[in-house]
Amino acid sequence: MILALTIWVITLVTTALFIGRYWWFPAVASAHGPALDQQFMLTLVVTGLVFILAQLGLGYLIVHFRDRPGRHVRYSHGSNKLEILWTLATTVLFFSVVLAGQDIWASLNLQNAPAGSLQIEITGQQFQWNVRYPGADGKFGKTSNTLINDSAGNFVGLDERDAAAQDDVVVPTMAVPVNRPVELLLRSKDVTHSFFVRELRIKQDAVPGMTVPIHFTATKLGTYEIACAELCGLGHHRMRSVIEVLSEADYHNWLKERSD
Amino acid sequence: MTEAVHVEPVVHQAPQGFIRKYIFSLDHKVIGIQYYLLALFSVMVGMLLSVLMRFNLAWPGTEVPILETLFPVGAPGGIMTPEFYLSLMTMHGTIMVFFVLTTAPQSGFGNYFLPLQIGAPDMAFPTLNMLSFWITFVSLLVLLAAFVVTGGAPISGWTGYPPLSALGEIAGPGLGTGQTLWVASIALFCVASLLGALNFITTTIDLRTKGMSMMRLPLTVWAWFVTAILALLAFGVLLAAGVLLLLDRVVGTSFFIPAGLVVSDQMINHKGGSPLLWQHLFWFFGHPEVYIAILPGMGVTSQILSTFARKPIFGYRAMAYAIMAIGLVSFIVWGHHMFLSGMSPYSAMVFSLTTTAVAVPSAIKTFNWLGTLWGGRVRFTTAMLFAIGFVSLFVTGGVSGLFLNQPSVDIYLHDTYFVVAHFHMIMGVAAIFGIFAATYYWFPKMFARHLSERLGKIHFWITFVGVYSIFMPMHFLGVMGNPRRYAEFTAFEFLADVVPIHEFISIAAFVTIGAQLLFAVNFFWSIARGKIAEINPWSATTLEWTVPSPPPHDNFGGRAPVVHRGPYEYSVPGASRDFILQSEPEMKVVHQ
Repeated sequence: MILALTIWVITLVTTALFIGRYWWFPAVASAHGPALDQQFMLTLVVTGLVFILAQLGLGYLIVHFRDRPGRHVRYSHGSNKLEILWTLATTVLFFSVVLAGQDIWASLNLQNAPAGSLQIEITGQQFQWNVRYPGADGKFGKTSNTLINDSAGNFVGLDERDAAAQDDVVVPTMAVPVNRPVELLLRSKDVTHSFFVRELRIKQDAVPGMTVPIHFTATKLGTYEIACAELCGLGHHRMRSVIEVLSEADYHNWLKERSD
Repeated sequence: MTEAVHVEPVVHQAPQGFIRKYIFSLDHKVIGIQYYLLALFSVMVGMLLSVLMRFNLAWPGTEVPILETLFPVGAPGGIMTPEFYLSLMTMHGTIMVFFVLTTAPQSGFGNYFLPLQIGAPDMAFPTLNMLSFWITFVSLLVLLAAFVVTGGAPISGWTGYPPLSALGEIAGPGLGTGQTLWVASIALFCVASLLGALNFITTTIDLRTKGMSMMRLPLTVWAWFVTAILALLAFGVLLAAGVLLLLDRVVGTSFFIPAGLVVSDQMINHKGGSPLLWQHLFWFFGHPEVYIAILPGMGVTSQILSTFARKPIFGYRAMAYAIMAIGLVSFIVWGHHMFLSGMSPYSAMVFSLTTTAVAVPSAIKTFNWLGTLWGGRVRFTTAMLFAIGFVSLFVTGGVSGLFLNQPSVDIYLHDTYFVVAHFHMIMGVAAIFGIFAATYYWFPKMFARHLSERLGKIHFWITFVGVYSIFMPMHFLGVMGNPRRYAEFTAFEFLADVVPIHEFISIAAFVTIGAQLLFAVNFFWSIARGKIAEINPWSATTLEWTVPSPPPHDNFGGRAPVVHRGPYEYSVPGASRDFILQSEPEMKVVHQ
């Protein structure tokens, strides 16, 4: 009896907290973000119903069928009809939800960044993000890991002999123009990191030895924090940078200040 | 050629002398208890680590003088360092997953009760059984040694992702000797688990008594049997991965370390390895491992729900097939841990669908548990409370899986506290509830005495409300974007909002962990002073309830029982009492 009540109370409190959204996502700031949030909400509604019905049902069963005088057991080994019914029902329900979300993933990851996207290279290291812009020529210059020299400030191993490398900009924080597609090329020079910006709804591991591309379009002006989401060592919890989403003009000024 | 081979039954003579009887014992029951006690010790260590972790997460930078006395390196000036936090976290995960969740339900209870439930005098290979336990014991010692070596315990998490775990001390403290001990311990544990798995599988196939067909096995035996098959196929892969990592670390090979790394401004002299190779091997083991931890709990829950609802399990065949289906599918879902790892996005979509498939047999099990309660006569023993708690937690921990198996939704939730909430709910506390349920249920058989029901119920209530208070709020932390494996939440502006929730969780954790002392007291007090138990105190139906408590050395006194019916014949209409033992020859039907 008390157990059933407890289960019900836990269920109701949980449901209330999810409906009340007291602790929730930050406002979305990317083009693909709303679709992701919608898929989350769809999943929440479906799993929420399953959760509520199962917990309330469990509570009901243990109250209604508790041992008391005169209670007779309905001897039964089960029902194949019911087995087939709930197997089919859960299959259809769960697969429908999952299939509904595949499109979002496909558009983000199976398709390349739109032509003309702004390319930015991100190189993770213990415990900072290095952000490289190709500069005025629009081309990334050569780099080599043998040229990396943190103490001299060459964090990504830029090869100064390459003409295309001359105007590359390497900075510790990021800015992107609003409403323009951006392609990030994620790399790491030591261990695995993960590039995470909550408001943009993006996260991707930066794996040493690989260059992983992701793309997004920021839709809302503001400054957002970049966090590391893959355990990378003792400073993992403070591997922070910021990304500023600026108007096209402000973005150009921002980059120009850092090019000189 | 066709001459029948006559196999002499192995004659078991009870060993004389303390060492052969209790230390290097060949008796599956003693070995089961040894495993259980090892898990009990491990879970206490694991919980102590949680206390320290939860303290640091809620109140980082607080000066606690006693910490400096206890951990002069980890907490200089009484303040925990981030690397000390990460080493606690790594050891907590490793100890809990391997030495508690893999050890207690399968090696502990499985060892003790599988032979009894199938009517066998012992496991198929008693010496191998003893060897499995002692290798596990050495493996635990090797792991714990990491605490005391220079540099301390490793900080790379229980998943030990390279390059972090492969590069040595240059990548961080604890990644030298401590990490090497960690890998060695895991490799030893794999060997022990492989030997154990062989034993379980052979025993189930070969040593079932007359009449014990596969479809008359208690669902606990089904669970242990399928778990052993998973262990056999999964631990071999982890062993290989562990050996490769050890070679990278000690011999200088490059299985997991790519060319051209620069760590702390120094070139690393390795070429040609792949960090993703480790992740594939690790999770090929790691996902079946989740089911290795939880399947025995599912078996125990079925057994206990049926016993205390006084009703046959609903859909026995569906339950057995669901266990097999979960086992099978668990081997093709590992990529859902790697959606954002840089793996092909096409693979992600396939792994997403296979993972969804696992939800179906899981749902079948839940429906059948509810079906078992429906129309029953439910008795609320402590064992039953924990079994009902298991169902509740299994549902809660299960539904959050439907978020994480979608690559698109996982983009945001991956490596946040949402994941921490999900796996603690389902593989942590649900599995622990299975262990508690089994303990309260079988204790009278193991020690001929009852655990105190009064203490047991208090223990249940605090634990049940406690675990929900700890892990439910973590879902919201995940929704807020709180990354996991952070030593503190001080460096980010947005993390200021999560601190009050962490304080609440920490307090809930202290209370819940404190309540586990009740269990420890109950356990050891009841071994000596508990209420004397009858042979079959729960009026249950399976074979272990037909022998004295504790059962004699050869279990059935040299006479193999004969099985006449399925495992859960409760409240059969017309029968003289509300349960019929599997070994009862004639149904005692009273015609009216």
